[in-house]
Amino acid sequence: MSPAQANLYYVPHKSRWPFVAVIGMFLFMVGAANWLNGHEPAGQIILTLGALTIVGMLFGWFGGVIKESLSGTFNSQADGSFRLGMMWFIMSEIFFFAAFFGGLFYIRTFVVPWLGGAGDKGIITNGFIWQGFTAAWPTNGPGAVGGSFTATSPWGIPLLNTLLLLSSSMTVTIAHHALRAGNRKRLIGFLGVTIILGLLFLGFQAHEYWDSYVNLNMTLHSGIYGATFYILTGFHGLHVTIGTIMLIVMWFRCVRGHFDREHHFGFEAVSWYWHFVDVVWLCLFMFVYIL
Amino acid sequence: MSTPAVEVGHYQEHHQSFFERWFMSTNHKDIGTLYLCFSFLMLFVGGSFAMLIRAELFEPGMQLMQPYFFNELTAMHGLVMIFGVIMPAFVGLANWMIPMQIGAPDMALPRLNNLSFWLLPFAFILLLSTFFMPGGAPAAGWTMYPPLVLQGGESIAFLIFSIHLLGISSVLGSINIIATILNMRAPGVDLMKMSMFCWSWLITSFLVIAVMPVLSGAVTMVLFDRFFGTNFFNAAAGGDPVMYQHVFWFFGHPEVYIMILPAFGIISEIVPTFARKPLFGYRAMVYAIACIAFLSFLVWSHHMFTVGLPLGAEVFFMYATMLIAVPTGVKIFNWVTTMWKGSLSFETPMLWAIGFIVLFSIGGFSGVMMALVPADFQYYGTYFIVAHFHYVLVGGALFSIIGATYYWLPKWSGHMYSGFWSKLHFWSSVISVNVLFFPQQFLGFAGMPRRIPDYNVAFANWNMVSSIGGFWFGATQLIFVGVVIHCVFFSRAKASSRVWEHAYGLEWTLPSPAPHHSFTVPPVVDDSQLVQTGATAH
Repeated sequence: MSPAQANLYYVPHKSRWPFVAVIGMFLFMVGAANWLNGHEPAGQIILTLGALTIVGMLFGWFGGVIKESLSGTFNSQADGSFRLGMMWFIMSEIFFFAAFFGGLFYIRTFVVPWLGGAGDKGIITNGFIWQGFTAAWPTNGPGAVGGSFTATSPWGIPLLNTLLLLSSSMTVTIAHHALRAGNRKRLIGFLGVTIILGLLFLGFQAHEYWDSYVNLNMTLHSGIYGATFYILTGFHGLHVTIGTIMLIVMWFRCVRGHFDREHHFGFEAVSWYWHFVDVVWLCLFMFVYIL
Repeated sequence: MSTPAVEVGHYQEHHQSFFERWFMSTNHKDIGTLYLCFSFLMLFVGGSFAMLIRAELFEPGMQLMQPYFFNELTAMHGLVMIFGVIMPAFVGLANWMIPMQIGAPDMALPRLNNLSFWLLPFAFILLLSTFFMPGGAPAAGWTMYPPLVLQGGESIAFLIFSIHLLGISSVLGSINIIATILNMRAPGVDLMKMSMFCWSWLITSFLVIAVMPVLSGAVTMVLFDRFFGTNFFNAAAGGDPVMYQHVFWFFGHPEVYIMILPAFGIISEIVPTFARKPLFGYRAMVYAIACIAFLSFLVWSHHMFTVGLPLGAEVFFMYATMLIAVPTGVKIFNWVTTMWKGSLSFETPMLWAIGFIVLFSIGGFSGVMMALVPADFQYYGTYFIVAHFHYVLVGGALFSIIGATYYWLPKWSGHMYSGFWSKLHFWSSVISVNVLFFPQQFLGFAGMPRRIPDYNVAFANWNMVSSIGGFWFGATQLIFVGVVIHCVFFSRAKASSRVWEHAYGLEWTLPSPAPHHSFTVPPVVDDSQLVQTGATAH
């Protein structure tokens, strides 16, 4: 965190991309909201326009930044700002997941036992409204909302997925060490393996969702268990998807030789993100599947 | 080491088009101006909702509107004022002042900065467009409690997505502020010599990063319950509506401090200048802010004392809440002690700062009253609560923003404003704000519920007084518009670079108006320039 080292400050050019990003996000949200309210096909059309704008913006904005980076525009102070930016962005993501984990803990520690008759509150709730409900987990509540279901066993696909993600965290680190050692072949190989592991994870998770819906009757509607299960694993899956896309972009950049031993913040940022996704999964495996 | 780039030169092109300057900006001053103008505009949008609310409440009985529209107004008034006025105004001040106070050329991530700003107007287009939709605007209060909020019309999806955009905007803005303060300080601007305004924003940024995503999570669960068939808030399915309240207030309470910590920073800048003394207890002030921020994560359930919490939780949250009064008291006492035996003068910014200290103390004291669980059972959901948070948000946050504007406007524009009109603005505001909110405390004690368009005739007199105060306060703000426009565009009185006789801090070493890029090379800083912070006081 040292103050300015360079003898002249760096300030980037003007850019149209932030404004394009806003337009894209706005169209995406307007489209999504209209779609949800049943205005079809206007909703889908606007949403697609927004999504395309966002994709174009990502190519334009990051493409420009990559060019600037390759031409040596950024000094070490700018590099420090990027690092802080990514670090605190990941921190905000952690708190996003914390909201859902917090909800899950509250439900499991307090709400379900109260519905089952524990404590002062439980006497009223259980005695008058939900007579005969016994607290248990997984549950779809005293109303058995969504019908009877079976929870996925943690020791099948989830365990396999845990191993996949843990190994992918390891391979991305090996790739990072290779990058710092200047071993390009090893870098490209291990980064490729990381991407494959990420894609395998996503494939298995898709299969697990399909299995839960078709064979186990465990859906979004399966009471509080289905709701917390799908929102946590779903948002995690979304983050794995984003992470995998970023890894693929980094793979192409490695092939093109964008990085050298000292300057590879893009790669580092993505690997940080990948480790974050990995840690969230460990919490999921522990609190959603096993316990 | 890459070679330092000479990019700044690119940037001082004088012939930039309107679109380039305001939509593609990477300049902290232009973006700060956009933030401030936007929040100024939204002040009058949210203010007009308040005027309608007070007009309906002028007399008992239903006069002007349908009850449902009244509910839309109260919900939207809260959302607009919190996310559209107070937060953007503080971010705008941060944009303008942080680079100037730490000797930087700009924010650390200028393009991200532009993204953060432009998300706001579009988020508010989403939010305000709901007034014209089937089912009307959101009407479940700014807290958006399920199951009530789930009963709204088409507005719910728009409300939730606009909250998402606002969340992204404030998180990115805060990331930028942290990166700027940690990475862009000129040599010699040590953390413990930094201005209090920078300190307050550094800590506020951590709060924003920690809690805005939690709000996004909470409203996302509402979205899923409404549209995708989940049952987060349905007891029959094992869910709980109170779970939403816990998650929401885990955001909501730190949010309160997000809206007041930067105000503490501003007051800590203004008071020493016009007391002609260094800030009393600089270190204690920094620790007090950090302490308040930490405690703010441990008190959320005091917003929910009456929902049926277990006794242990009520006792814990009561004591944790009362504990916050200690560091807050440190701040109040240190401002008063800074003024003690100082050579006080009462220019306009000082008037607003003193107004802040008095009004914020009133709001703070009523907060301590509500922290007491048994007493809160009486106050909960009444106008006493309304009076409390308006004292801290209008008398506190808004007064500090106006004070900051009067303090730094000569630096921004290069011109002095009218002393007479700005002081008239102050005196008219400080009297009318008390006419407006003080009677609401009596109404609350007497049991008048909030968010209800009609009331018992027993409450008639004080409601009329309060409404008169409301119209008076609203009209008074037009003076502010006049003073600012006159100062920026028509004033002939040039401001010196120091502007105020005893103002210390790096921003006052720059000419008024400050150059387009505040510092192009790191300035040479010696402690005498930072005396404001008490760096040389010991």
